[in-house]
Amino acid sequence: MGRQAGMERQVTGAMDEALVVATVRERANWMRRRSIRMVFEAGQGHPGGDMSATDVLATLYFGIMRYDPRQPNDPARDRFVMSKGHCTGALYTALAAAGFFPEEELATYVQPGSRLNGHPNRTYLPGIETNTGPLGHGLPVAVGIAIAGQIDGADYRTFVLTGDGELQEGSMWEAAMLAGHRKLDKLTVVVDRNRLQQGARTEDTNALEPLSDKWRAFGWNVSEVDGHDHGALLGALGQAQGDRPRCIIANTIKGYGISYMRDQAGWHHGVPSEEQFAQALRELALSEEEA
Amino acid sequence: MSAVQAQPAGMFDCRDAYVGALEQLAVEDDRIVAVVNDSVGSSKLGKFRDRFPERLVNVGIAEQNMIGVGAGLANGGKVPFVSGAACFLTARALEQIKADLAYSDANVKLCGISSGVAYGELGATHHSIEDIAWLRAMREMTIIVPSDPSETAAAIRAAAHHKGPVFVRISRMPVPELDHPADFAIGRAETLRAGEAVTIIATGTLVHRALAAAATLAEEGIAARVVNMATIAPIDVEAVLAAARETGGIVTAEEHVVRGGLGGAVAEIVATHYPVPMRIIGFDGFQPTGSAEWLMERAGLTAEGIAAAARELVALRQG
Repeated sequence: MGRQAGMERQVTGAMDEALVVATVRERANWMRRRSIRMVFEAGQGHPGGDMSATDVLATLYFGIMRYDPRQPNDPARDRFVMSKGHCTGALYTALAAAGFFPEEELATYVQPGSRLNGHPNRTYLPGIETNTGPLGHGLPVAVGIAIAGQIDGADYRTFVLTGDGELQEGSMWEAAMLAGHRKLDKLTVVVDRNRLQQGARTEDTNALEPLSDKWRAFGWNVSEVDGHDHGALLGALGQAQGDRPRCIIANTIKGYGISYMRDQAGWHHGVPSEEQFAQALRELALSEEEA
Repeated sequence: MSAVQAQPAGMFDCRDAYVGALEQLAVEDDRIVAVVNDSVGSSKLGKFRDRFPERLVNVGIAEQNMIGVGAGLANGGKVPFVSGAACFLTARALEQIKADLAYSDANVKLCGISSGVAYGELGATHHSIEDIAWLRAMREMTIIVPSDPSETAAAIRAAAHHKGPVFVRISRMPVPELDHPADFAIGRAETLRAGEAVTIIATGTLVHRALAAAATLAEEGIAARVVNMATIAPIDVEAVLAAARETGGIVTAEEHVVRGGLGGAVAEIVATHYPVPMRIIGFDGFQPTGSAEWLMERAGLTAEGIAAAARELVALRQG
């Protein structure tokens, strides 16, 4: 995989767009194959959410964000906060592909003493902004980061990926309210709207809809996109922010890319059998060829 | 609860020292910001807001978000002093303190205002007498309980210069200015009165009462050592062990429940390394309504209560 060198923004113009989309697609497919291997070999993980979140992460890390993995604490970097911290398959493969740590280290996932903890830890691994795992933590921290930037007049952007079920946590709405109040125009939240939480459909558990209206009511600009369409994600994440924070509702499918996981709550956490693992790799290789 | 109360002569509200130190720090270092939960008045930060309007972040009544915002401000290079009533700041946002601050090693300073039973009449929801136990369970949290205005100011400065999360417990109960033998340092206890018969280890609002107890005991021929344990975590292990070895008995006194606070911290060290008899003075559990002073008297958190416990230990030793 390639490396992100320097702090240049990735999207430089329409002429490059096709190239950027192709790069993001290629990395997303690699992330899927590598993360399902990681979960298979470790015997644990959250593959359903990894698959729904992968395209958003690939678009951010390889199409949108400005960062230098050699200087992970550069004050001017764009920040990404993984509020749905359990989806480490997607996060760790993105960070490895982006050059924050060696890809070989993915093989140590959740092994005793590994830096690749079951949930991300910033004191272990570069590229992680805050430790998440319990839901409802990432957005408040991201709001704080954006306020620091607002006070300083800095131009870095702060991105958050939240699960949709996670929006049942009250702390998310405390943070959303403050972000709207302060017009944090360099803050972008992406909702991984796969409509499934751990045990059931969000709408059967504690309904989120009308979700766009809720964010608008809290003072945000809102867009909805197909969360697996890299061109659409690039467009939504790259568009002018406006005078307020932006929420992008990414309509996704839990387990996307692997047929037997697709839209199945049971794959929130789960480990494929040897046969299922081989099938996943075949399907992902096929989709790579088709692209 | 918001009315300005006149202090008894020679007694001070440590919040004034806190805001004075914070404003001075803000002048010196533009990374300093204050974060509040609609608590500008109760934290006495009105003047800070007037002087540094951009650097006072009011999140409204939302403590979980307030702690996360603090962690984010630290990520963005700020040194946030997150200030609110101790009862809500700690209990309402405990998981945020754990995950966003302690576990994430975020450089955030928590200022728990009106800690202990300062809000006596408001009842147990507003008393903050469990906070030390909750936060002390996390090794990564530094916990400071200043005893007087000058120590409060020094603790705020030390917290600003310390890298990592700090909880400073700031009372509004009137206390006198004490004579400190040395400059404040995080993790260092100070002996305010020498003695070999028994040791009183006190913190915060109990330190001046411990000194009064020692004066009474001296009249009876009992030389009590008084140790001001301003830093509860990391605690000064050597000072505790010296007290155990040299005086053979320890009384602890704190405006906190008797489980898991200063007394618990001292007992862990004593029981493990040098067992001596102890008395732990504090609150037994949730407290009823009543003035702070009445609640303190009821729990024996007075000069006489401390002296009585010390006499018991001396008698045990002589017995």
